[in-house]
Amino acid sequence: MARIHVLKPGMFTTVQDLGRPGWQRHGVTPGGAADAQALRFANVLVGNAAGAAGLEITLVGPTLRFAEASLVAIGGAESDVAAGGVRLPAWRPIRLEQGAEVAFGVLRTGCRSYLAVAGGIAVPRVLGGRGTHVSAGFGGLAGRALRAGDVLKSGPASAWARRLAAALAHRGTVSAARWEIGMGARPSYAAAPIVRVVRGAQWDWFSAGSRERFLQDRFTVLPRSDRMGLRLTTAAPGLVADGRREMVSEGVATGTVQVPPDGQPIVLLADRQTIGGYPKIANVASIDQSLLAQLRPGDTVGFREVSLAEAHELWLAAERQFATVSQGIALHTA
Amino acid sequence: MKINPLGDAAVVVTLEGAAEAGTVAVAQALAAALEADPIAGFSECVPANASVAVYYDPVRIASAAGAPPFERLRAWIEERAAAAGAGGNPQGRLLTVPVCYGGEFGPDLEAVGAAHGLGAEEVVALHHGAEYLVSAVGFTPGFPYLHGLPERLHTPRRGTPRSRVPAGSVAIGGTQSGIYPFETPGGWHLIGRTPWRLFDPYARPPALLQVGDRVRFQPVTLTAFGSWPGHPSQGAE
Repeated sequence: MARIHVLKPGMFTTVQDLGRPGWQRHGVTPGGAADAQALRFANVLVGNAAGAAGLEITLVGPTLRFAEASLVAIGGAESDVAAGGVRLPAWRPIRLEQGAEVAFGVLRTGCRSYLAVAGGIAVPRVLGGRGTHVSAGFGGLAGRALRAGDVLKSGPASAWARRLAAALAHRGTVSAARWEIGMGARPSYAAAPIVRVVRGAQWDWFSAGSRERFLQDRFTVLPRSDRMGLRLTTAAPGLVADGRREMVSEGVATGTVQVPPDGQPIVLLADRQTIGGYPKIANVASIDQSLLAQLRPGDTVGFREVSLAEAHELWLAAERQFATVSQGIALHTA
Repeated sequence: MKINPLGDAAVVVTLEGAAEAGTVAVAQALAAALEADPIAGFSECVPANASVAVYYDPVRIASAAGAPPFERLRAWIEERAAAAGAGGNPQGRLLTVPVCYGGEFGPDLEAVGAAHGLGAEEVVALHHGAEYLVSAVGFTPGFPYLHGLPERLHTPRRGTPRSRVPAGSVAIGGTQSGIYPFETPGGWHLIGRTPWRLFDPYARPPALLQVGDRVRFQPVTLTAFGSWPGHPSQGAE
């Protein structure tokens, strides 16, 4: 267990886990890490359950002081994160000495980086989750983003994490394991990704030309994007649905691509609403939702159609790989 | 009844008819039937006006032997829908929600009236004279979509949404009324405010109003508003 002092909060740093399913009928989005794959990799690297709470860091990261020696791991967007002038490598366990000051600075690529601490960030569960629901003001640390002066606590580290930390202790004040999660197992981040989609419930409402453009155009991410959704833009008139058909609000999902009357699509992310009244042209497959979470304003994204069966196969393969990586990590020592 | 994929981890079941009391009851009955006898991998469901969204874990559904996940899910939903039958009357409570209309709490009251050739008092009389059905809860935690707004008050949403709508605001948007549980952006017309707290993450259930509940509004004065309890259980309505 360790206390973590927030010296600088960064642009928008929140406590997130893998969400709080089960409350959507009350209007509560599952939420959790926007890039869930990055958080769960970081968690297993420090001996946590995949769904332990960590920090989600947005574009400009925090500066943190660890009051006790800690085992940590970083995943997601790349940064020049350093402690006492020593660069901290991502995707591997790192032991920080008591008093270490970790400064993330500006993220180099991508939008969100994740910090996992052995034992997880200890905040109370609210509606079954530890993640921060900022708009409703609950969960995480006092229902809000971190501020300078906040003090976080981590929970009890696993026996595996304590053994690994002990093995790393004699290598210096900041010491990383000699192994990492390989490129092939990480999410395949790209600056201008083409993400895979399955057809949405109202696919047929869109004109043939709009459906073709959706699968061929490159869309640009607008600055008004946030954890609720990516607002995209394309040349006027955008995507056109049959305006004579009356849409009744119905459930939406993370990855849903909905198209308001202005023809400019919105892709829903972790803090999406639970029901929506815009036609849904497509849904981004689970396998590629991490890529969406890493897009920043000005980035472009394209869409490629896959069948539902293919989307399931891709996700099942990713889950099998995650299970294999997790088991492999549990067998590693320093 | 149609069942369409909503991505690779959810489906949306669309019912016949839209936004009628009967359709809400069918959606409610189907949601209850799904929850009563869940398939392995079922996560949760969201009933709305004329639909039920069903969320699932593709890994857990696929790990059971047999047909592909979507086909297994469809067979289960169809079987549960047959068991649920046609629904019936909405199984909801009737709640009378206190509202202080107009003034700083209802900055759009006059404009809504003007749009329909009505005075502010007539808008209030029409709004609180009607009985509403909670047809969906969403947008933000605990936000009730209220079906049953008198046609004379149907008003297209504001051209430019407000960036901050105060918590408790009672509003009109299109053919519906609604109540904002939190300070959020919003494009509906604000006609009043309730002292009730519509969402409490530590209460069970956390949302005060559930799909199928019926709602009436009771006008209260500004003075009464100030001392009104924040929850119906904390005093007389």
